[in-house]
Amino acid sequence: MEDKKSSHLIVRRILAWLAGLWQSLGVPLLAVLLALLIGAIILQISGASPVDAYSALFKGAFGSSKNLGRTLEKATPLIFSGLAVAFAFKAGLFNIGAQGQLLFGALASAFIGFAVKGLPPYIHIPLALFGGAAAGALYAAIPGALKTYTGAHEVITTIMLNYIAINITDYFADGPLKDTSPGNIVARTPAILDSAKIPSIQSIPIGFVLAILIAVGVWWLLWRTTIGFEIRTVGLNPSAARYAGMRVAFTVILTMVLSGFLAGMGGAIETQGVVGRYQPGFNTGLGFDGITIALLGKTHPLGVIPAALLVGAMKAGASQMQFSAGVAKEITDVIQALMLFFVAADMIVRWIFRIRSASEEKVILSGWAQGK
Amino acid sequence: MQSSIIGSSAFLRFLKRWGVNLGIGLVVLVTIIWGYIVNDKVTVAVLASTVRQATPLVLGALCGLMGERAGVINIGIEGQMLLSAFIGFLFNVWTGNLLIAVFAAAMTGALLGLFLAFMSVSLRMDQIIGGTVINILALGLTGYFYQAGLVTQGKLQPIALGSLAEIPLIGPVLFNNPPITYTAIVLVLVVHYVLFHTRWGLRTRAVGEHPRAADTLGVNVYLMRYANVIIGGAIAGLAGAFLTLEAVGSFERAMTNGRGFVALAVMIFGRYTPLGAWGAALLFGLASAIQTQLQFFGTFNIPHQFIGMLPYLLTIIVLAGFVGRTHIPAADGEPYEKE
Repeated sequence: MEDKKSSHLIVRRILAWLAGLWQSLGVPLLAVLLALLIGAIILQISGASPVDAYSALFKGAFGSSKNLGRTLEKATPLIFSGLAVAFAFKAGLFNIGAQGQLLFGALASAFIGFAVKGLPPYIHIPLALFGGAAAGALYAAIPGALKTYTGAHEVITTIMLNYIAINITDYFADGPLKDTSPGNIVARTPAILDSAKIPSIQSIPIGFVLAILIAVGVWWLLWRTTIGFEIRTVGLNPSAARYAGMRVAFTVILTMVLSGFLAGMGGAIETQGVVGRYQPGFNTGLGFDGITIALLGKTHPLGVIPAALLVGAMKAGASQMQFSAGVAKEITDVIQALMLFFVAADMIVRWIFRIRSASEEKVILSGWAQGK
Repeated sequence: MQSSIIGSSAFLRFLKRWGVNLGIGLVVLVTIIWGYIVNDKVTVAVLASTVRQATPLVLGALCGLMGERAGVINIGIEGQMLLSAFIGFLFNVWTGNLLIAVFAAAMTGALLGLFLAFMSVSLRMDQIIGGTVINILALGLTGYFYQAGLVTQGKLQPIALGSLAEIPLIGPVLFNNPPITYTAIVLVLVVHYVLFHTRWGLRTRAVGEHPRAADTLGVNVYLMRYANVIIGGAIAGLAGAFLTLEAVGSFERAMTNGRGFVALAVMIFGRYTPLGAWGAALLFGLASAIQTQLQFFGTFNIPHQFIGMLPYLLTIIVLAGFVGRTHIPAADGEPYEKE
């Protein structure tokens, strides 16, 4: 009798948990489905076969253990840029500058990777990694400070800083840090030393494992520490935070710095785990994808992981799709924009599929006026 | 005695409000005259290029300020320009008719404006995210549908305005331009008149400052927001048409190169007024023109990347220096919900 009652309770708990899960995960899942559906219509209109394209995409992403490894490899920097954007979101900041911070991270880690010699890997790898992260953090401090002290909105300043970062990193790769080995004519730094390279075990890149650990760390910081509480409070209601005696200006700058730290580390991991040097054009778009990934993951640090895997799979499969189905890989950008739209416009998705809205804390990005 | 004190304080207020602009204007004017005396050919070339470089910026800024005066932040101007530039280009390739191509570009911009208004007014989505959706969508669509090797059939040519074009310095700079550049100047005056001297403009501004009050007085908040964002979108579409049909004559991936965002800085620097935006756009245009001139001649031994980032650096400086000193429409960026 007693037993039956408790098992009944457990079943009800599980059902309630599943309903809650559906309420929070339903919209992103359906948004992805709708985006793929509209993507298929665009493919059909442009004369390509959606079935061929999507199956090639799928095979390219998950077809073999090598392809799966490539998906993980592609997802790794995306987890970082997604974390960077999601983290800033929690304080009501929209860091579109993850791209520029990531470039500086990639360049700085490449520099430490080839210029610092004679270190064992267990020192050289973290040194280059944290050097890259610090470069990203410093670069992100600029829009943070501009926002707090002048009221210049971070969306415009970070976008402008992205263009400036492209110019500065290009300058270094084509100037002071250029690979001077004979026969090289392209703008790129020398290859990093083996002691700075992040290896893969089987086909699982170590960088990917690290990315997951960092995501858990970000979750811990946001929900288990005082600083995290301040950051989330500033995001939900800056005036309440100020009234409660929190240091809003300090929190805004700190959030940008930590966000840049994550983006910079993403760039460093890409350099040390995949590219092996800094070369302009090799990191394009990784920071921008962070926006889609952060929103797809509902700006939750752990939600970023599956979202990054999804986008990483699309990237890994895109070249296969271009090769065997003859579809330009930019279609994945279109699908990503549609995903972003449907996630952000969750009203539409809820209306189409009749999902009740889950009550959740909603961060509102600051308009120009609230900048100062 | 007393009147002179009042007079001087009015003068001080005038200085406080317009001093910076006057100062910048004076410095620019002296530089131009000095440049004309030293080397008239290069000066005319730089100034003519200034007016043309300013065109997409002022058009983008007009788009931005129409939306924001009505309370809708439009951060998707970059995407509106890019997709319009592409569609205008395609129509020119297909039909060979420049007029149809320009019209198609403006319609594309208006359609994206409708999309933005739908997201921010009807869905009450976060407007910053709504604009970002447009930017990423435009980047993806143009990238996917673009095929290398498409060639346009001609581009818009300069039209000399009779004897006006003969005036030294001013003639070749102001009165010998292609049509969209003229249109931009006319639009500055039109938007200024509409915003500040018509009933429509008053309602637009009311909706952007205090939608609840405007609603109470019978102004249709949603309609005003939709209309302004859509018309603004058409203007941003013209900026796109300028890029492919007037300036370059072909399309490249991501060819807007951040102009849509620079336009937002131009809008803020111009204090949310069309005339101010025009002045600001000319300043940015001058920076770009000097930049191209420097790269062309390679006079100084500065790496081209540093010259290339000048407009972006200028945008940040201007934004940091001026955004705190302008009045921003009070309801800017806030979705309105009817009670």
